[in-house]
Amino acid sequence: MSTVVKDTHHEEHPSGIMRWITTTNHKDIGTLYLWFAMIMFFIGGLMALVIRSELFQPGLQFVDPQFFNSMTTMHALVMIFGVVMPAFTGLANWMIPIMIGGPDMALPRMNNYSFWIMPFAFSMLLSTLFMDGGAPAGGWTLYPPLSLQTGDAFPFLIFAIHFMGLSSIMGAINIVATILNMRAPGMTLMKMPLFVWTWLITAFLLIAVMPVLAGGVTMLLTDKFFGTSFFNAAGGGDPVMFQHIFWFFGHPEVYILILPSFGVVSAIIPTFARKPLFGYSSMVYATASIAFLSFIVWAHHMFTVGMPLAGEVFFMLATMLIAVPTGVKVFNWVTTMWRGAMTFETPMLFAIGFIIMFTIGGFSGLMLAITPADFQYHDTYFVVAHFHYVLVPGSIFAIMAACYFWLPKWTGNMYPETLGKIHFWLSTFFVNLTFFPMHFVGLAGMPRRIPDYSLQFADYNMIASIGAFGFGFAQLIFLYLIIKTIKGGKKATDEVWEGAEGLEWTLSSPPPYHSFNTPPVIK
Amino acid sequence: MNFLNLKKLSILILLYILGSNSYAGWLDLNMPKGVTDISNEVYGLHMLILYICIGIGVVVFGAMFWSIWAHRKSRGVTPATFHESTKLEFIWTIVPFAILIGMAVPATKTLIKMYDTSESEIHIKITGYQWLWQYEYLNTDVSFYSKLSTPYKEIYNQKEKNVNYLQEVDNQLVLPINKKIRFLLTSNDVLHAWWVPDLALKKDAIPGYINEMAVVIKEPGIYRGRCAELCGRHHGFMPIVIKAVEQNDYEKWLANGGKAESTDLASTQK
Repeated sequence: MSTVVKDTHHEEHPSGIMRWITTTNHKDIGTLYLWFAMIMFFIGGLMALVIRSELFQPGLQFVDPQFFNSMTTMHALVMIFGVVMPAFTGLANWMIPIMIGGPDMALPRMNNYSFWIMPFAFSMLLSTLFMDGGAPAGGWTLYPPLSLQTGDAFPFLIFAIHFMGLSSIMGAINIVATILNMRAPGMTLMKMPLFVWTWLITAFLLIAVMPVLAGGVTMLLTDKFFGTSFFNAAGGGDPVMFQHIFWFFGHPEVYILILPSFGVVSAIIPTFARKPLFGYSSMVYATASIAFLSFIVWAHHMFTVGMPLAGEVFFMLATMLIAVPTGVKVFNWVTTMWRGAMTFETPMLFAIGFIIMFTIGGFSGLMLAITPADFQYHDTYFVVAHFHYVLVPGSIFAIMAACYFWLPKWTGNMYPETLGKIHFWLSTFFVNLTFFPMHFVGLAGMPRRIPDYSLQFADYNMIASIGAFGFGFAQLIFLYLIIKTIKGGKKATDEVWEGAEGLEWTLSSPPPYHSFNTPPVIK
Repeated sequence: MNFLNLKKLSILILLYILGSNSYAGWLDLNMPKGVTDISNEVYGLHMLILYICIGIGVVVFGAMFWSIWAHRKSRGVTPATFHESTKLEFIWTIVPFAILIGMAVPATKTLIKMYDTSESEIHIKITGYQWLWQYEYLNTDVSFYSKLSTPYKEIYNQKEKNVNYLQEVDNQLVLPINKKIRFLLTSNDVLHAWWVPDLALKKDAIPGYINEMAVVIKEPGIYRGRCAELCGRHHGFMPIVIKAVEQNDYEKWLANGGKAESTDLASTQK
């Protein structure tokens, strides 16, 4: 850490495509991650629209049920591993070195590898759509024995997941190394912006659970091809064990998808309320508690597998407990807004939208934790509504809020504000039109992952499908707006926002290629 | 999609929020109360938690919207600078915790009741297959398969769909009312889940496992359910139909080898 490179040869980089392939610069890699997530967002979105088209009316109209199952499976894999995770890693790459006053990520070459694995992993995953037997159709949860019925796609699916896991683990190690080693003098842990804190905790979750997933899917692979019986009851194995392994990964994964959003929102709300974040240290502790609890609640995804009573009660109580630190966060955000002097630019709108709709998803999450009631909710559209509320107007809205918030910093140009607001209001209207009726069809008895349904569910499915198309098309505004802002626009000031606090606003807009060649002075 | 449906939706949402269950439309939107003591308890729990959530939502979002309205820069306010209060943090950790305990106690009580399968009088083994169900009435000779009876022409939109589209079967599961019935669940291939909302019963059918659950049905009637665990191509096409009858009708049906229902075992195994 001691050598500060004074000369400027590091500012030079190859031009054209080689700049992006060989780059070890945190900003370039952040940009790559974000564009990758954007492309995958539209691919995964198209899959969602195939699903919603088929569900527009009862009866089979457009696709075969097998292909429908492939769409639900691939939509989930693409959106989770290809959109939300890379988008947050992209934000981490861009912002963490700047926020802690460092010059770059701690391990720049590994940073390059961890990004460039992703396009290969996803080419492999998406290529399964054209294989004999079709793309994986057993659900993203890969439950055996069904997932073992996958055709030629199976090994490609497993290795794609291995690659994604590898990429995530390397990215996470890099983030931990950066945060622990690259902070400017005086940037103590408890002075770090919450986005850095939430990512530090997220990175530890990733390092802890991605190997668990890798182990689980490797056992699936050997069950399929090498005659082992880890999950085959006829061979002495246990299909339920896979679910335990999967959700031991899967539940912390859920928080991997949401914790960085908390960081983003905790940066945006104080900026536009022009008032410091309320309860900074309680936010840090709440995030850490959520992360800890995420390791001891996994079996709430499995209330119907027939666990003993003691298991059901334990996982119910532990799950309900998560409401406490999550509530603390929401209360802190509301109190931050309280008696501030608020303005409502697009990032603030998305952040407020996040708080409201994430909380609605949190409420349905609390309902799902109640085991006896969960027997009625489990595997229905109520669950689909729940996790889409926390993931779409939750994680995705936070990512969009972050993009609007930092885009002027990244590009040096202001985005068109009115267009941003139109994007927000259309997204909010249609996201609710899509997912709110799903609560009702779920409660009324519609299971998830079905290509066709009985007539009593028809009205709400039609409404949800209309909402989905509206939401999908509204995202084209987002794409257009970003391209337009990169190409030009009103020049942004260094501070960009009136109430902005933090090191990123002390740099020029756009910032220099290497953020802080000499460490900034931390107050 | 016409305007009428949107209007209907908004009215129904309003009813949902008002929480009045005297309206017919209510039933389409909410969890069914069901026809067992336990399903009624589950419904009660569901409504309890829902109301608590709505209450918390009103308070939190109320404060937030008030703030959005009152604490705008355009109104010329100067921002306050407070950013800490151990007292507040303590209150909003303890109060939710207390509310959670209030939810957990009744939930655990109901759960314990649900897990009680003792003193069951009738035992039925349910086996899931891709993509149909098998019902075996243990200690009797009655055993049959039950699969979707909706014609393919309806599924592929060549014929108008009947009112029980995708929730009708060739052989219904006939059960007596007011008797404790124990179901034993397993699967022959992949995971399935046997779910009948009116009985508040859902459990996975897992190869190599036998799961159990018990029910006492209080009212005669037809109760429809579905497979709730993704089980492959026809996952959406393996419904469950229960016909709950008086005890003597059940005995007659059973004495007849389960064939009073125009059950033809040979024809169902095709």
